[in-house]
Amino acid sequence: MFENLSSRFEGVLKRIRSKGRLGHEEVDEFLAELRVALLEADVHLSVVRTFLDRIRERSIGTEVSGALNPGQQVVKIVLEELTGVLGGETHRLVHAPKAPTVVLLAGLQGSGKTTTAAKLASWFKAQGRNPMLIGADLQRPAAVEQLQTLGGRIAVPVFSEATDPVSVARAGLAAARSRGRDVVICDTAGRLAIDDELMAEVAEVAEVLEPHHTLLVIDAMTGQDAVNTAEAFHARLDLDAVVLTKLDGDARGGAALSIKEVVGRPIAFASTGEGLEDFEPFHPDRLASRILGMGDVETLIEKAEENFDQVEAEAATRRLMEGTFTLDDFLEQLKALRKMGPLSNVMGMVPGMAQQMKGVDTEVDERRIDRIEGIIQSMTPGERVDPDVIDGSRRARIAAGSGTQPNEINQLVRQFREMRKMMKQMGGGKGPGRKGRKGRKGRGGRTTAPGPAPIDKKKGLSLPGLDDLPGEGLSNRL
Amino acid sequence: MGLRSRLSRARDAWSSQLASVRASEVVDEQTWQDLGDALLLADVGVATAEELLAEVRQRVGRDGVDDVDGVLGALKAVLVDRLGEVDRSLALGGQPSVWLFVGVNGVGKTTTIGKLGAREVAQGLSVVFAAGDTFRAAAADQLIMWADRAGAPVVRGAEGADPGSVVFDAVEHAASRGADLVLADTAGRVHTKSNLMDELAKVRRVAEKGAGTVTETLLVIDATTGQNGLVQARQFAEVADVTGIVLTKLDGSARGGIVIAVQDDLDIPVKLVGVGESIGDLVEFDPVDFVEALFAVDVAA
Repeated sequence: MFENLSSRFEGVLKRIRSKGRLGHEEVDEFLAELRVALLEADVHLSVVRTFLDRIRERSIGTEVSGALNPGQQVVKIVLEELTGVLGGETHRLVHAPKAPTVVLLAGLQGSGKTTTAAKLASWFKAQGRNPMLIGADLQRPAAVEQLQTLGGRIAVPVFSEATDPVSVARAGLAAARSRGRDVVICDTAGRLAIDDELMAEVAEVAEVLEPHHTLLVIDAMTGQDAVNTAEAFHARLDLDAVVLTKLDGDARGGAALSIKEVVGRPIAFASTGEGLEDFEPFHPDRLASRILGMGDVETLIEKAEENFDQVEAEAATRRLMEGTFTLDDFLEQLKALRKMGPLSNVMGMVPGMAQQMKGVDTEVDERRIDRIEGIIQSMTPGERVDPDVIDGSRRARIAAGSGTQPNEINQLVRQFREMRKMMKQMGGGKGPGRKGRKGRKGRGGRTTAPGPAPIDKKKGLSLPGLDDLPGEGLSNRL
Repeated sequence: MGLRSRLSRARDAWSSQLASVRASEVVDEQTWQDLGDALLLADVGVATAEELLAEVRQRVGRDGVDDVDGVLGALKAVLVDRLGEVDRSLALGGQPSVWLFVGVNGVGKTTTIGKLGAREVAQGLSVVFAAGDTFRAAAADQLIMWADRAGAPVVRGAEGADPGSVVFDAVEHAASRGADLVLADTAGRVHTKSNLMDELAKVRRVAEKGAGTVTETLLVIDATTGQNGLVQARQFAEVADVTGIVLTKLDGSARGGIVIAVQDDLDIPVKLVGVGESIGDLVEFDPVDFVEALFAVDVAA
């Protein structure tokens, strides 16, 4: 996600970095390009203005001095301001002292509320909670059926009845109490922010539920209207946080910046795919780096922690970064990565991968992985360590053994070789994350992370400190 | 009822932006900047907005216009020209004809089919719905409810079934009954997922494997969509040979300006506009109405 915004920024920053000296003229030129980049990313016009003003003020000020050259200094300022707009803290879904903890979801039609409700329930379940879903969308045909199907998939009970949304909410909450559920998630019908009647209705639902967390679900592809929507829902519901959906596309997601700036509410969760597991706490501090093309190593590590045991995770990450793995490792990686969710998502979290994978087909079909597994398992141990020894006859044997075509084996070996090279480039030398410093917001970003405490390895992989010459880190992949 | 009368506008940043344009007495650089900002807030996009304004400046200079209303009028005229006089009718002619609906998740494909099906049935066509969204939970149930309202039969498969075969079955069913039209739903998909885009291309091919002809492939775009809409349109056009745009949710505060960029860039006309959740809330796209609605300002604001 955010590849486009990243590449935009990188283009702009590359130019400014090469300036020896920064006058008003250079700053203005830079800001003009930054403005276009942000607008194309769907950042709201008013937010763009505020953002640029702050950058200008700080760029043509006393701060341009010291060890960094002016270009590097501006990069640092942009990164800081971007982090500032996105908000420093991760929103935590604190549980109510007296169960159940009530979560209300609201938003426009088609933003992904029903899917989010199920994903959120699944997420709570993974935290050891006993959630219940309330289907209060009686407007869209089959919305309740959709929620029931999803609830069935994750074994979470769904309450609904054919009355009206307010009654459903009231009865659903009572049912959750009597059944001893400790989390209640209420789905509501999509509504337009300007529809007074329906906005009043959802406010009434909120009055009945007295939610501990009111979340606005918003599509990452939303344009300038995101701010109107967020403001209108905030005025009615006093939002606590936002869930940003459909981040698996290539939308630049500027809406996230706008909402945080204008409504002052953080993004709590990000939805990154169609699978119910493609859902994670949103880490604003990481996003700034991600927008600047530095990748999202911490999320990758966290996912890895959930799926591997710790030792395995360390070793896997090390091999990944060092690029010394064999096809055997590759196979293990595939199996392990698979547990983390769709591979394309995982790839997007590797720093620089979004850039490097451009033009490469990042969509890895899960069925193809089955075939890849078959191919590798049909190889001898020697072939797995050094696939270059595979000649025509070996290829025919492997193809016969795995029920695949010889060209698939060629393709795999080629891709493996490229991948190893790419990983090595990223892991070696001066890539971001190799320096020992921990990002200044590193701790805050961990607050919602489940599972074990951060492993030492993470320190070496977290975001580079701001005094880490971000310019140098960026140039690594330009 | 026309598009214009269906759109009511809330007071929002866009309206006040435009109000400030109208409030100014002389045309100066500020006027042009305000006008540009108004276009940006309507999601027209930086490049398209700049092009539009350059054209308006030229026209205004040529015609010697020097008042704000004249400039606004010129902008409207340029916009209407850009949207152009193109054929926005929905093509029939297959036996049966297939209209395929494509787009990213949550834009309103299923709802659009429901409304459009009702309209075509009311006009005397024999219509079959194909529940080609076999991925989203209960998507077929949703389509069935719309089909009941529209008075059309539905062909569906099991959840997770191959969408191509569902569409194929629907076309065969329609052909055997001598039906005129198949409205084929597809699962929402993010255009960056190449496997899902391949699947869509396949659905389109399979739809023509039997008696049917795909006479329209309609890309459904949500009016709230920002600049990503252009990328979406390019990708979908590439795999599915898109013939028209359906712009949904235009009854909200979003202006849907991205379709101007889409039509400019890809020459794909907007054909229909969704303006609500009721069965009658689908109207034909009219460039003049659209542009007027784009500039409709709550004067009291």
